[in-house]
Amino acid sequence: MPGRRAVLQGIAAGGAALWAPSVLGQGTARVVVVGGGFGGAGCARALRRRDVAVTLVEPEERFTACPFSNEVIAGLRDLDAQRFGYDGLRREGVEIVHRSATAVDARYRRVRLDDGTELAYDRLVLAPGIELRFDALPGYDQVAAEAMPHAWKAGAQTLLLRRQLEAMPDGGVVAIAAPANPFRCPPGPYERASLIAHYLKTRKPRSKLIVLDAKDAFSKQRLFQAAWEALYPGLLEWVPLSSGGRVTEVDAATRTLVTEFGSHRADVANVIPPQRAGAIAQAAGVADQTGWCPIDPVTFESRLQTGIHVIGDAAIAGAMPKSAFAANGQAQVCAAAIATLLRGEAPAEQKLVNTCYSLVAPGYGISVAGVYRPADGLLREVEGAGGTSPLDAPPEFREMEARYAEAWFETITGSVFG
Amino acid sequence: MTTRLLLVALAVLAAAPAAAQPSGAASCAGCHAAAGPVPGLEGRPAAEIAAAMAAFRSGERPATVMDRIAKGFSDDETRAIAEWLAGRQDHARP
Repeated sequence: MPGRRAVLQGIAAGGAALWAPSVLGQGTARVVVVGGGFGGAGCARALRRRDVAVTLVEPEERFTACPFSNEVIAGLRDLDAQRFGYDGLRREGVEIVHRSATAVDARYRRVRLDDGTELAYDRLVLAPGIELRFDALPGYDQVAAEAMPHAWKAGAQTLLLRRQLEAMPDGGVVAIAAPANPFRCPPGPYERASLIAHYLKTRKPRSKLIVLDAKDAFSKQRLFQAAWEALYPGLLEWVPLSSGGRVTEVDAATRTLVTEFGSHRADVANVIPPQRAGAIAQAAGVADQTGWCPIDPVTFESRLQTGIHVIGDAAIAGAMPKSAFAANGQAQVCAAAIATLLRGEAPAEQKLVNTCYSLVAPGYGISVAGVYRPADGLLREVEGAGGTSPLDAPPEFREMEARYAEAWFETITGSVFG
Repeated sequence: MTTRLLLVALAVLAAAPAAAQPSGAASCAGCHAAAGPVPGLEGRPAAEIAAAMAAFRSGERPATVMDRIAKGFSDDETRAIAEWLAGRQDHARP
């Protein structure tokens, strides 16, 4: 019934005659999209523009974007600049339901919401992002996260970490624990380290920042390290896995991070724990034993459940990183594939692009780009393309990339939410 | 009624190029918009877009990131994307 009601409500909404599916040949097919981030909201909008009836399920009234949230932590940006509502989608006829999806019946194609209602779908898109694993790092649970914020989902946690940095006296020690792959936003911990170092250098110059890493290599590593040497010498120390950087346990009461080689007591501790696909992906049975979701690289349909597509951070997208840019590109390709499938046709293969900017200081941007194509059932990097910004670029180049980073954020948030 | 028919016609027109979106084209709008420092592409002449991509690929035209992206597309793919973008005039700035 709610599915039917949703269709009727859609027709009753302003400008609905324009979009009424029966007029435009998609029959009465309905797609439900779960998750209102760059992937989900982008996909809902793209489907609507292909005349598909869409319901977007998202508990929050406003989305808080992660890209540029490291600037918020470093006091360079207001959290309000990260927040976006869903009126733009509503105006185009996307039905928004501010509820959490709790279960999926893949066989009868229904999604259950936390108020007990059910939505029927012809195709379901899951874009739930990540769930932080509070069972993976001894000592780190939801309570510990109030003392040692992860700030890996933008919002209250972002502000908590910022307040802790502001309250820390000069001469304090800040520690960041970075997880093993895969995780959301591979260059994110290092951009965060850079911008926190910038904050310390300009505001609390006797302080130290230590990055304890569960890896020996990371995204844009040479660019980050060259910038750290130039901008933050003696302030920022990166400890890789092979030097005992992996955090094996934490104690929230004393803000202590235990590694294989010793322990570090911090004044501010930012613990970025291991992650997996958002809870609904686990509940829907589209996540495998890794916690992430295997998909077909052409349609983004789950390899484990028919009729369910997974995009964005939750998906195993081969060589594509878990980024907002990637999620939005996948959203467009997935929407096109679903519209084609609903017409009873076979979607064509699509190449995808990723471009990720990071700021190492205000006015100093670096990037990594990649082009991807479906191959051997995965998304593989197109050889000879992509890569990072040059190591030897002049300051004007870095400044331009910092400006392009901002422009990208304006553009993508405008196209998804505007 | 006329308005409604017109709206439906517009919607069909708007939907038509989307159906034929060539490989890779979905990603351009991630950065390229009508306003801002990264130029908008929709409605620009196809030859201009294809030539720019060729120059980025060869390194003849300096770039921050487009040189790295252009190398991921063949001439045929680039041409198809350029023609598709050129045909999206109705999506360009009003």
